Amino acid sequence: MKQLQEKLLASFLAFENKGNIDLDSKVHEIRTQAIEAFEKKGFPTKKDEEWKYTSLNSILNTDYSIFPKNDASIDLKDVKQYFLHEIESYKIVFIDGIYSSFLSDTTHEGADICLLSAALKKPKYKMIIDHYFDTITSKDDSLTSLNTAFSKEGAFINIPKNTVVEKPIQIIFFSTGSEKEMMLNPRNLIIVGENSHVQVYERHQSLNGSVILTNCVLEIFAHKRAIVDYYKVQNDRENASIIDNTYVQQKQNSIVSVNTFTFGGKLTRNNIEVYHEGENITSNLNGITIIGNKQHVDNHTLINHKFENCESHELYKGIYDDSATGVFNGKVIVDQKAQKTNAFQQNDNVLIGDKASINAKPQLEIFADDVKCSHGCTIGQLDESALFYLQSRGIPKKEAKALMLFAFGNDVVEKIKIPALKTRITKLIAEKLDVELGFEM
Amino acid sequence: MLKIKDLHAGIDDKEILRGIDLEIKPGEVHAIMGPNGSGKSTLSSVIAGNETYEVLEGDILLDNQSILELAPDQRAHKGIFMSFQYPIEIPGVTTTNFIKTAINAKRKAQGLEDLPAKDMLQMIREKSELLEMDRKFLSRSLNEGFSGGEKKRNEIFQMAMLEPKLAILDETDSGLDIDALKIVANGVNKLKTKDNAVIVITHYQRLLDYIVPDFVHVLHDGKIVKSGGKELAHELEDKGYDWLK
Repeated sequence: MKQLQEKLLASFLAFENKGNIDLDSKVHEIRTQAIEAFEKKGFPTKKDEEWKYTSLNSILNTDYSIFPKNDASIDLKDVKQYFLHEIESYKIVFIDGIYSSFLSDTTHEGADICLLSAALKKPKYKMIIDHYFDTITSKDDSLTSLNTAFSKEGAFINIPKNTVVEKPIQIIFFSTGSEKEMMLNPRNLIIVGENSHVQVYERHQSLNGSVILTNCVLEIFAHKRAIVDYYKVQNDRENASIIDNTYVQQKQNSIVSVNTFTFGGKLTRNNIEVYHEGENITSNLNGITIIGNKQHVDNHTLINHKFENCESHELYKGIYDDSATGVFNGKVIVDQKAQKTNAFQQNDNVLIGDKASINAKPQLEIFADDVKCSHGCTIGQLDESALFYLQSRGIPKKEAKALMLFAFGNDVVEKIKIPALKTRITKLIAEKLDVELGFEM
Repeated sequence: MLKIKDLHAGIDDKEILRGIDLEIKPGEVHAIMGPNGSGKSTLSSVIAGNETYEVLEGDILLDNQSILELAPDQRAHKGIFMSFQYPIEIPGVTTTNFIKTAINAKRKAQGLEDLPAKDMLQMIREKSELLEMDRKFLSRSLNEGFSGGEKKRNEIFQMAMLEPKLAILDETDSGLDIDALKIVANGVNKLKTKDNAVIVITHYQRLLDYIVPDFVHVLHDGKIVKSGGKELAHELEDKGYDWLK
């Protein structure tokens, strides 16, 4: 762990010099501050309250390459399955952290859907990036600082006001195993103007069994009445881990939904922080986790209600098999000023494996007196009498279990607004539960 | 069709059925009556294959083959159906999808292709009309928020769809008002043929006015203490169970 930290610190200068990048921009300054912050704090350990149930030891004692050596190329036919290829979309694709123009489909017509490194080189975009970049991230989170320090590449999406982006945007990060062990620090920035609407699908996918650690940061700025539907699909291989930090700032009357589907990966940590900067805001955070073996998933959410008449809805479902472990930590802060807040949080879990476990921790800090806030948490097992009922109708046990588990997660699936993605997720769930069922509910 | 031989069964070392013998032939309707705790529901659960219960002795044969080693779904594939006293609510699974899955699972076990969607819909329409069911129930989550009567009607609808060889109706009359009872009984009677058989498990004689049994058995303390024709049900209604103990 210490070794990796040293290596990262030593690599920073090389990174800054190597890139021939934006040394005159504010971003350069921010990076320098960030590496100092990281140096001071180091990696989080279980002694940190926010990391009490997730240990990074198993993934940090690795000699990761920080810079990919060569541009690996991949054939579209080999990776087609990871795209939502059935529908028209914009695509921003990276291979081992490097932009792939071949697999991408970007635009500057009507909206800017492109990559951060290129945008940083153009004065027009540099001004916008300087205005937003790293303004809502947590300065206490050393992994976010680490990402900021090494941030150079990722998606840059800038939707001007009154624009409905007709096609969903896919942001996909492939890793090819060109390095045996690799750490990636992708950085995404999304700005959605007034009255604008965008749908985004994000996926990190390793293409073989090499060891991957992705430390990703995403900032979303939703202006007045903007609508953002964000979907994260985490179904990676068993040597791939991800620490995924999402920061959202919402202006009045905006609606932001972040949906996280976690079906695979060695260690997955999702941090989602949502900050309200106006009234009548709606924030929706939904998630389904289905994991087994020794996989670990940690969903950490924070919603900070700062203004009146806003609402937030959180619905997280988890299915844990074998020795899988899960964490749900949902924090809701309602500031004194945020009267008439409606904040609802629900976390339901099914433990299938005898050695599976979940640590669930709802955390409500309410300083206003005229609010409706609720939280609920359930941890259960499959109902044997319901299983018998399904079996007595001729449905074999495995399928009966799958049907019940699918039904358990269905209300999250129902929230997906891209039909092709809904079909995809349904298929992934059936695959995950090892059954061939249509699940047309 | 069904032969139960000296069946002993129980739960957690507690013997509930203490030697049941029963034979059911195609075309017959048998009623099993008895006071609370006599083992009626245990008997139906054991025939259907509920693994909560353990068979301690004896055998159950369907068409001369033991079914004791078969899982509940395999028994269903062989034509056993049980209408539950307390049908389970399954949020998120619609009745239509549930019954489709069940029928196709059975067809798969028989080496058949999935039933074409058109035929399935046609069948659903016919059978739901038979039970005078409001079609909107079919697109709702299975039994979720259904009244007692709606649940029982849904059970018989499933039975109609699955066309079992042997149907066991476990206290189907409980929780039913007289109108719902008539509709359910009428549905069962219409599904009755000379090739299938029905076991009606009930506490009261009321249901037997509508589904008329060929034989009535009285279960007490895990044993059949008396068997007779349909008039036995009336006698029980008048005298209660005490005189049989």
